[in-house]
Amino acid sequence: MRRRDFLAASVAALFLPRVALAQTNYRRLLVLIELKGGNDGLNTVVPYADQDYYSLRPRLALRRDEVLQLDERTGLHPSLKPLWPLWQARELAIVQGVGYARPNLSHFRSIEIWDTASKSDEYLADGWLARSFAASPVPASFAADGVVVGGNDMGPLAGTGARAIALAEPEQFLRQARLANPSGAKRNAALRHILKVESDIVQAASNLGGGAQFRSEFPRGPFGNAVRTAAQFAANQAGVAAVRLSLGGFDTHQNQLQPHARLLGEIAEGLAALKAALGEIGRWDSTLVLTYAEFGRRPQENNSMGADHGTAAPHFLAGGRVRGGLYGEAPQLGALQDGNLRHAVDFRSLYATVLERWWGAPSARALNGRFPTLDLLRT
Amino acid sequence: MGAADARHLLNRTGFDAHLDEVGEYARLSRREAVERVLAGAQTTARARPPEWVSEWQSPRRIRQMSAEERQALFRDLIEKGLQLKAWWLAEMLTTASPLTERMTLFWHNHFTSSLQKVRAPGLMYRQNVLLRRHALGSFSELLHAASKDPAMLIYLDSATNRRGQPNENFAREVMELFTLGEGNYGEQDIKEAARAFTGWSLDPDTGEYLFRPMLHDDGTKTVLGRTGNLRGEDILDILLERPETARFVTAKLWREFVSTAPANERERAELERAARALRESGYSLRAALRELLASEAFWAQANRGALIKSPVDLVVGTMRQFDVDFSDALPFVFLLRNLGQDLFSPPNVKGWPGGEAWISSQALLARKQLLERLMRVEEARMTPAAMEQALDLKKPMARRLLQAMMDIKFSARDWLRPFQGRDMPGTVQTVLLALPPANDGASAAQGADLLRALTSDPVYQLK
Repeated sequence: MRRRDFLAASVAALFLPRVALAQTNYRRLLVLIELKGGNDGLNTVVPYADQDYYSLRPRLALRRDEVLQLDERTGLHPSLKPLWPLWQARELAIVQGVGYARPNLSHFRSIEIWDTASKSDEYLADGWLARSFAASPVPASFAADGVVVGGNDMGPLAGTGARAIALAEPEQFLRQARLANPSGAKRNAALRHILKVESDIVQAASNLGGGAQFRSEFPRGPFGNAVRTAAQFAANQAGVAAVRLSLGGFDTHQNQLQPHARLLGEIAEGLAALKAALGEIGRWDSTLVLTYAEFGRRPQENNSMGADHGTAAPHFLAGGRVRGGLYGEAPQLGALQDGNLRHAVDFRSLYATVLERWWGAPSARALNGRFPTLDLLRT
Repeated sequence: MGAADARHLLNRTGFDAHLDEVGEYARLSRREAVERVLAGAQTTARARPPEWVSEWQSPRRIRQMSAEERQALFRDLIEKGLQLKAWWLAEMLTTASPLTERMTLFWHNHFTSSLQKVRAPGLMYRQNVLLRRHALGSFSELLHAASKDPAMLIYLDSATNRRGQPNENFAREVMELFTLGEGNYGEQDIKEAARAFTGWSLDPDTGEYLFRPMLHDDGTKTVLGRTGNLRGEDILDILLERPETARFVTAKLWREFVSTAPANERERAELERAARALRESGYSLRAALRELLASEAFWAQANRGALIKSPVDLVVGTMRQFDVDFSDALPFVFLLRNLGQDLFSPPNVKGWPGGEAWISSQALLARKQLLERLMRVEEARMTPAAMEQALDLKKPMARRLLQAMMDIKFSARDWLRPFQGRDMPGTVQTVLLALPPANDGASAAQGADLLRALTSDPVYQLK
């Protein structure tokens, strides 16, 4: 901080409530990746030295010599090989045991809990990012507060508090955006909502230039395209604060080995491509990637070579400012609760880390409580 | 009652009505019009179903299949799923009883099941037939029938719920989503009810419901204060005895037909009255709907145009309203998927959330693009996003889709002909929009431009 700013801030501190002091920095981009269906954490970040892992999963367990060993007891699924350079550059943090108390095992209810940052038995209407953006607004010059790439479900951006758009890819969006017209009489709530969406579209479209070109290649397929779109938003002058991507298919109740390997490969290749592209434009240091999912999967494999709905799971954070390494708590397979893992880190601690340490925004109100942040970002 | 009232009733209970239907109903009183709508409701579909709908493939046979056979089966299931969706859409597009289809869709979104999990298009067809048969009949019979419906047995895991290894999925959802609503039961009620539902199963040889006494837990259970050697049917009856059930179902009907929620004491009293009608008539859905459609709230100006059209409302309504020519409903299957309402594949057991959730920027632009292309179909062949998806399909389906797209025809001039000699923009606007356009200038245009202006106005997204 320059001296003059420091003085101004000190003076302001005398007169303003603490919250207003926070200097939010939305030039820092958040890229959320939802692993739809509930990712099998134990076969993603593998406790390869734990005998219980092999006895719970006689057919699903990955062998010690297959995994990419991170330390003497934790290894990555071999399909995550493209993440190895990030791990070595210490730009990949893995938080183990992320979940919440009294876990709900229903897909729709649990993702609602994650999206709205609610307690297990609490029903909130708006997404956690929408609540936070309403309290700590993103500058109006931004193309949008947040963008959902692929799919219509707004997830953490749902609600009236955020200027959020959903699109498949920017060029198509820009071609279609001329159809939007936000002017007109707001005669009732339904019309008000439609006109707000029209206005979000026009605002986003008027600030989005042509799509940036990258030398780096993106994986083929819908997820690779979504990663390219995320990179294009990162390159955009007007900018957005958050991009949400998602990959479906993680609900692996049966014959999961092959599909799970393919899904993890897609995520890893997508992330590696994102790092390369953002590296080209000097944006990797101001980007934070965070994965999430409604839950992990049951430690005990089922009778169909798959794993049923579970609870806590590991999640990844990646970016130029991430302090790489293992965080949280390795799975305690000897101390399961109703056959599932206990959580060690509340998912809202990840959100609080994003809000406070990444953006410099207050978190207690947006998250309906105080959650300890994790010390996994370089300043 | 006049054209505006007639339009309101017809569009809320059916799909966007024509000028002549509006004119016909305009001459009736509100009461007569409601009775006529209710009396016209059918219980079967007219469109011819695909030939394979009664076929059944035993899971035992599927387990014995080779990898290639299974792959072929998988492709076949996808294709049949598309055919099934096209069949229902064809019915919606051509039916003389639109209220029946609206209610069938309402129940599909209540007693949800999805092709994604059930994976047997034939069973999804049978469920659809069942929902239509009871669409405006007795909720009590519907609940009993839908609970034992084979697709439901698979979708909510009843088929794997057995003595000693209860699966609570159905017991939970039948209380939370089908009858009482959240907060009107406890976790213990679910556990005990799940035991009562054990033994409900599926005959692998026929795909029909089968009770397996050996798998049924015939011990004593206590559910919502009632104790006994309860069976699944008893649980459903206990749920039907609770006043919360009628209130829960009626509130959902209110959201479908009247407004997003009762706005004041008077409207709350009207909802309560309809709930009582449902319960006291022995769960006659016609009785409840009659109350709702006769309520002041239904006709209130404040509730006109207060609901957002679902993708089905928009697509089916627009095609019917504009007499759009088509040979095959397949393109509309892809359109609906794009717009977020893939028939027979609701996102989860809660169904489509609806309301404002229908309108994201992506969905809104897709809606506008559809309307714009339709209005310009005379100038350029229609090429919806379905085209891009078509490339993923196996060849025969892609060809069928392309042909179907070529066959979509609309002529603004022909459509406008019956309006000639009337107050043109005014009458067209009354037929097309639930409220005056949000953009003042919309009604100033002429001919095809007028249709373009009115269908691109945000009010066109409302019903």
